[in-house]
Amino acid sequence: MRSDTLTSPLPLRITAFAGLLFLHLPLLLIFLYAFTTEEKSYQFPPPGLTGKWFAVAWGRQDIWDAIGLSLKIAAISTALALLLGTMAAAAVARARFFGRDAVTFLLLLPIALPGIITGISLRAAFNLMDLPFSFWTIVLGHATFCIVVVYNNAVARFRRTTGSLIEASMDLGADGFQTFRYVLLPGLATALLAGGMLAFALSFDEVIVTTFTAGQQATLPIWMLGELIRPRQRPLTNVVAIFVIAVTLLPILAAYYLARDADTVAGQGK
Amino acid sequence: MSLPTPMAATSPLTRLADHLYTRPRLLLWLLLLPPLAWLGVVYLGSLLTLLAYSFFSLDDFSGVISFEPTLRTYGQLFDGANLDIIGRTLAMAIAVTLADAAIAFPIAYYAARYARGRSKALFYLAVMLPLWSSYLVKVYAWKLILAREGILTWGAQHLGLGWLLDGVLALPVIGGPSLSISYLGTFLVFCYVWLPYMILPAQAALERVPGSLIEAAGDLGATPAQTFRTVIFPLALPGLIAGSIFTFSLTLGDYIIPQIIGNSSYFLGLAVYSQQGTAGNIPLAAALTVVPIAIMGIYLLSAKRMGAFDAL
Repeated sequence: MRSDTLTSPLPLRITAFAGLLFLHLPLLLIFLYAFTTEEKSYQFPPPGLTGKWFAVAWGRQDIWDAIGLSLKIAAISTALALLLGTMAAAAVARARFFGRDAVTFLLLLPIALPGIITGISLRAAFNLMDLPFSFWTIVLGHATFCIVVVYNNAVARFRRTTGSLIEASMDLGADGFQTFRYVLLPGLATALLAGGMLAFALSFDEVIVTTFTAGQQATLPIWMLGELIRPRQRPLTNVVAIFVIAVTLLPILAAYYLARDADTVAGQGK
Repeated sequence: MSLPTPMAATSPLTRLADHLYTRPRLLLWLLLLPPLAWLGVVYLGSLLTLLAYSFFSLDDFSGVISFEPTLRTYGQLFDGANLDIIGRTLAMAIAVTLADAAIAFPIAYYAARYARGRSKALFYLAVMLPLWSSYLVKVYAWKLILAREGILTWGAQHLGLGWLLDGVLALPVIGGPSLSISYLGTFLVFCYVWLPYMILPAQAALERVPGSLIEAAGDLGATPAQTFRTVIFPLALPGLIAGSIFTFSLTLGDYIIPQIIGNSSYFLGLAVYSQQGTAGNIPLAAALTVVPIAIMGIYLLSAKRMGAFDAL
């Protein structure tokens, strides 16, 4: 259908674009306030502009520590989620078995229920087992909700991989591992990359579960939360926020393009 | 002719692969076992622990958790203060859900019916990016906007609307000293943060309304308004309900937004958070957590009746 066959009513167009502006304008302010000279309030318009906060942030060891911890946790959680999510997707997509619906439900549960429930459940369990909070308690929580992100991406791709490709590979003498390595994995790679990047972004940004599973460690979102509740040098929070936007948005954009290309290829086969 | 026959393959790895291929059930369970073990032990185990805690109670005198099964903690849910919290949270969740449905519908409708090709992709990205971008950053942006010295007050004054803002803030209940310290502010931020969760399912439902149905309605003499009311809206409703599952459940469980923007009155999430933290009362926190789970259970059951799950 050509775009000029349907013209939208003006009020609809206005409300739709106003809605989109409502979604995007607030984020622009984050950028503006990173350059303000006023550090005690959120005065608008900023009394003056300066770039010094970027230098101040660069010199702050607590920020670097938080970034390092967040990156490490996101990397390990993503790796675990990739492994477990792909296995679950392979099982659910290729076979019908008793309890399959229960398995998919269990996989979806950690993101279907509010994060606070995951968080406090984990905390109650750690408490009961006398498990001290550590790096690994944070990873335990993050990997749990990252699995479903990888699973969702992988299961969609597995469903589109036709069984005949696998049979053909086997008929031509490849064994199961070779079929996985040379036939399944290349088709799966972009889905895994997309799922992995989304999981990474999700973990890097997570605060709700983390407040319950972290002891003294401050991940970057925990650091930010502290600054939001008890602000000190306010523009510093903006500098960190810009960094968080970059680290989470770039993988998401990349994941979108990866998943989209694969969709158009699959669509052509129909 | 130089191809090896399958029979000739004898490396241990190949034999293992063949062994697994001839036993799909074994392969299936090998694949399923690690993720199920993880979710079953770490996640379900924790959920059950939480549930178990809600049947314990905190000894008022010693402040130690007594591991005697009791319904006393559930009884505390019906204290005036806790009922207030539950009522306030429910009211907020309903208000946020309705407002989000109203804002999301035009966006979803435009994206589904009129946007084509590039502009459609752009619309999709424009909704996806805020959905996935940092939750804390979004909340922080609103702290900047709603602050008394912030852009909203400035804008209102420069547009000559300062009286309107002051009037809104002077309203009982929803008003306050500034937007960032009022229910209205909390409400705005909730609406903003969960809006994409409403747009996407609504759009998905609207995409599936067949164009031929709308043409048929027109051919049969319906005005555009009638077509909308009797054809498009009923078919889009499951999408809106699917979206409302997210906005409702996320509002019920959130404890960060009311902490940062609002008049520091308690919402369910915040109550859970402070009960388990400063108060050390994990049993009451657990019982309070069961409330949103129960509400969502009822909500999901009725949503399922209305066919919302097909729109997810």
